[in-house]
Amino acid sequence: MNKMKCECGHVNPAGTALCESCGNPLDDSIKQQVLDMRYEGSARRSQTYNKTIIDKIWNFFSSVKVAIWLIVITLIVSALGTIFPQELYIPKTMTPAEYYEQQYGVLGKLYYELGFHNLYSSWWYLLLIGLIGISLVICSIDRAVPLYKALKKQRVTRHESFLKRQRLFSITDEEQLTDKDLTKLIENLKKRRYTIREENGNILAEKGRFSRWGPYVGHIGLIIFLIAAMLRFVPGMYVDEYLWIREGETLVIPGTNGEYYLENKDFILEVYDKEEDKQFSEALDKVGMVAKNFQSDVVLYKKADDSLPGEEAKLEKVKEFSIRVNEPLKFDRFALYQSDYRLNEWKSLTYSLISKKTKKEYGKIEIDLLNPEKTYDLKNGYSVKILAYFPDFIFDEKGQPTTKSKVPNNPAFVFKVTTPETPDGETSFVAIQQTIEPFTDNKYELVLEDIKTNDLTGLTVRKDLTLPLFFVGGIIFMIGLVQGSFWFHRRIWVQRINNQIWMAAHTNKNWHGFNKEIETVLADTGINVPDDQLKEEKQ
Amino acid sequence: MRTIILIILILAVGYTVYANFSKDSPEKVVIGKKAPNFVLQDLNGEKHTLSDYEGKGVMLNFWATWCEPCQIEMPYMNNVYEEYKEKGVHIIAVNIGESEVVVNEFANRLKLQFPILIDSKSEVSDVYKVGNLPITYLIDKDGNVVASHPGIMKSEEMVRELLEKIIP
Repeated sequence: MNKMKCECGHVNPAGTALCESCGNPLDDSIKQQVLDMRYEGSARRSQTYNKTIIDKIWNFFSSVKVAIWLIVITLIVSALGTIFPQELYIPKTMTPAEYYEQQYGVLGKLYYELGFHNLYSSWWYLLLIGLIGISLVICSIDRAVPLYKALKKQRVTRHESFLKRQRLFSITDEEQLTDKDLTKLIENLKKRRYTIREENGNILAEKGRFSRWGPYVGHIGLIIFLIAAMLRFVPGMYVDEYLWIREGETLVIPGTNGEYYLENKDFILEVYDKEEDKQFSEALDKVGMVAKNFQSDVVLYKKADDSLPGEEAKLEKVKEFSIRVNEPLKFDRFALYQSDYRLNEWKSLTYSLISKKTKKEYGKIEIDLLNPEKTYDLKNGYSVKILAYFPDFIFDEKGQPTTKSKVPNNPAFVFKVTTPETPDGETSFVAIQQTIEPFTDNKYELVLEDIKTNDLTGLTVRKDLTLPLFFVGGIIFMIGLVQGSFWFHRRIWVQRINNQIWMAAHTNKNWHGFNKEIETVLADTGINVPDDQLKEEKQ
Repeated sequence: MRTIILIILILAVGYTVYANFSKDSPEKVVIGKKAPNFVLQDLNGEKHTLSDYEGKGVMLNFWATWCEPCQIEMPYMNNVYEEYKEKGVHIIAVNIGESEVVVNEFANRLKLQFPILIDSKSEVSDVYKVGNLPITYLIDKDGNVVASHPGIMKSEEMVRELLEKIIP
């Protein structure tokens, strides 16, 4: 397509509706009395070219309609993803396929098969978000660039038909006016902080043009926001892991590539005490126990050698710290937050070996439930051997003892007790509630003496280098919003044509306020207040 | 100009989708890449380093005694262990942090012959992204992870089929 030359001599890009310079409607097909001033009638690429594939892709994304559909689809899909829990949050005791079907029936199965169990990191969900991003960028560029050019090139002297076809327009005979009136008008406009440009006695008063960039500034903010979200997928930028750790244990901190280890020395749960915290005693009577403090006393270590996973690593102590709610342990841009706890997991059981007949005790064994010994030697020919151990004991379908998990919730043992009296050994099955002696009546028994427990703490491991960018994006978005909402782009043209003073005015929003302002500006000048041509049309 | 903008935008979206699928740190297992090395002790206290098996195929099976499907597939692996060991493919079972007493009893009961390593702190399981049990990795003679088989191996034939893939 060719460039379009206007009567005024300005050469416009193809597809221009109103001359960038003088505002003359270039397209004869524009029939309406009041001109459509959107984007200053500038040539938008998407409205002009539709030939090559690039044109077509560009046009697709530059459509606000498409953008809104993308957003609506994403909203609906995101909502669907919350109907059942995501895969991350389901128990790991069975496969996800089984879990969804068992828990939620046919719908659950469908949910799983359609991939909603992993929605927010599925490729097509990310693609949707990506398309919204693309649409945001292209919509902005397609509109902002020509708008900027048109506003920059606008001339003071406008074409007659441009003035006539503005929404606010008035004609005043020059005879009614004196030179002072125009000077007064300019003064008034300046008082209202208009920028005045004059050319051959014609006036363009303009203010608040920067408000036109508000939406685009806002979009830049949103794009930065999306870039920040994108950066979360770049390795090393974002870590969100979970660590369960027993008292006394030292474990590698997930997400640190095996570089940092954490030892849990003690987990403390404090509750409000009626005696100590007397001011709360009434409330405590009502609700019972109220937690006062969740705290993990930990030691942070750094790996000091090149040991492989599974190997005993050489650790260097970094620091000791007490992690409490809202007081995370921070190191090397990581933060460990107190998130959960489990009290009183069984740690060890102590049994005493007793002769049934004489009730005499032949020694005690303390069994570490996480790592029991194979044999406990009680000296003088007495010993206890563990033949089998079931930390979370149940009977399976065949009636065989087995374990549900590795957590010692219900420990059970098969012991073989050897004494000088019974050198071949006596076998017994010992669970918490029961003892079975499968072969004969045993002469010796193991009696549970003591249970030691241990607490676990649940810590969230978090590293987020993208957060500052989210803030920047958010702040820029807010600036754009304020810029576009609380300022108005107002223009007033005053021109001398055929011994008449023509006045036209345009604003991008708040016409009512603009009318009021024009009335104030025109007071005592004798120039007629412009009529709202749209209102007249309606009447 | 528009073409350049479009290309940049599409690249950015493409990268995000791609990065999402390889978002684990390079130290973790990736199919087609080198298997992460590790050192673990077996039930006899002997140290096994994965890199020592270079030149041979390795079937790396993650399991626990409380995992029923693991119990079912153990005999299948056991039956073919010797045969494939001669062909240069080793079977290594990694137990997820149970105590030696438990694992020992289990191994004796099923008369398991292949080495059983105990990953007491779940460090190796973490590196191999073990979630649901069992999961089996196939590592070729160059130490590359050829494939993973999540879930149970349903029959001896299935175990054989998998082992055939990594004969050096």
